[in-house]
Amino acid sequence: MTAVESPIVLPDDPDFGPEVQMDYPGYRSTRLRVPKRPLVTLPEEFHALDGPVFGDDAIGELDSDLTRQHDGGPLGERIIVTGRLLDEDGRGIPNSLIEIWQANAGGRYKHEVDQHPAPLDPNFSGAGRCLTDSDGRWQFVTIKPGAYPWGNHENAWRPQHIHFSVFGRLFTERLVTQMYFPGDPLLELDPIAHAVRDPKSRELMIASFDIETTQPEWALAYKWDIVLGRGGAGTTPLENA
Amino acid sequence: MNTPSQTVGPYYTIGLSRRPQNELAELNDPAATRLIGHLLDGQDDPIADGMIEAWDPAGGRWGRSGTDAEGRFSFVLTKPEALPDEAPRLDLYVFARGLLRHQLTRVYFPGEAANETDPVLSGLDEGDRATLVATEDGGALRFDIRMQGGTVFFAH
Repeated sequence: MTAVESPIVLPDDPDFGPEVQMDYPGYRSTRLRVPKRPLVTLPEEFHALDGPVFGDDAIGELDSDLTRQHDGGPLGERIIVTGRLLDEDGRGIPNSLIEIWQANAGGRYKHEVDQHPAPLDPNFSGAGRCLTDSDGRWQFVTIKPGAYPWGNHENAWRPQHIHFSVFGRLFTERLVTQMYFPGDPLLELDPIAHAVRDPKSRELMIASFDIETTQPEWALAYKWDIVLGRGGAGTTPLENA
Repeated sequence: MNTPSQTVGPYYTIGLSRRPQNELAELNDPAATRLIGHLLDGQDDPIADGMIEAWDPAGGRWGRSGTDAEGRFSFVLTKPEALPDEAPRLDLYVFARGLLRHQLTRVYFPGEAANETDPVLSGLDEGDRATLVATEDGGALRFDIRMQGGTVFFAH
């Protein structure tokens, strides 16, 4: 599957561990930014610290529906993205803030730095947020983001993805990640996804198509569960950098 | 298995800084001060697309600041309470393009007697310790973060 000869996408390595390789060489922006010294270990108490609590006041009525934030509907394929937020024992995490952001259907972010010559969509801002319910469930309505080029290497394109920012309950459960779509041919060429060297772990970032939640005559659905670890294990061995 | 981390990328401001969130204290609180710093890369150049989150472990407060063209971030805060047997501090999570997972450092406060006995701070050698203590700078607190230039980062 993997393009073994590419310096951009290295061979899979299940022995690397489930976490992301911080200094993955195929992702150029890591070079001047990733700490080079070994990380210092904190006392065990750190792993029990409770994080901030965000209330309903952090959420506006239309925040979880990115297709209804303007006068008209955005261009693109309307989708429902839903799942559960779980702790590492598989229990739902209730009342937890989830924030997302994404490109529009043409692969353009509403951001001044993004100069990709694809049109902006006046009816799409690309940001959403919600709180999980009592079972840890969350749901967004949005449009499928387009793939877009980036300057990492010759002919580099990011696979279609939605950025997720998740808090959970503990300091150590904080997670920022990206949700990918099944069957995207760009996934096998993407150094950011492949910085997760274990293919089984990498699959946890890919949503599955969900016909059960798909709404007839209206929107396709994708399902994606997010599992938060408590940290302390599986951090990248930076001393080998 | 846990969902792996990915970078925030260069466009996080769309989703994560819809409104200013960098005030851990009221601006008009007479005890409030500004914490200002620069986020710098391995060539000491500013990281202009970074984000810092400040987490207060004793008080439950939280804030977030983006970095500007000079790599500058800022918070309004009052000195946090200390956890038992520890010195007052904030935990700082650093997010940026190029960081596949956020990195953790800490800011301690200058002139605190408890800095001498804090279990984490006192375990570091003098040079490393200095990278984690803010300095007074004209009524504000100054705290620079050098990703590859000495700042201590913690496993988390």
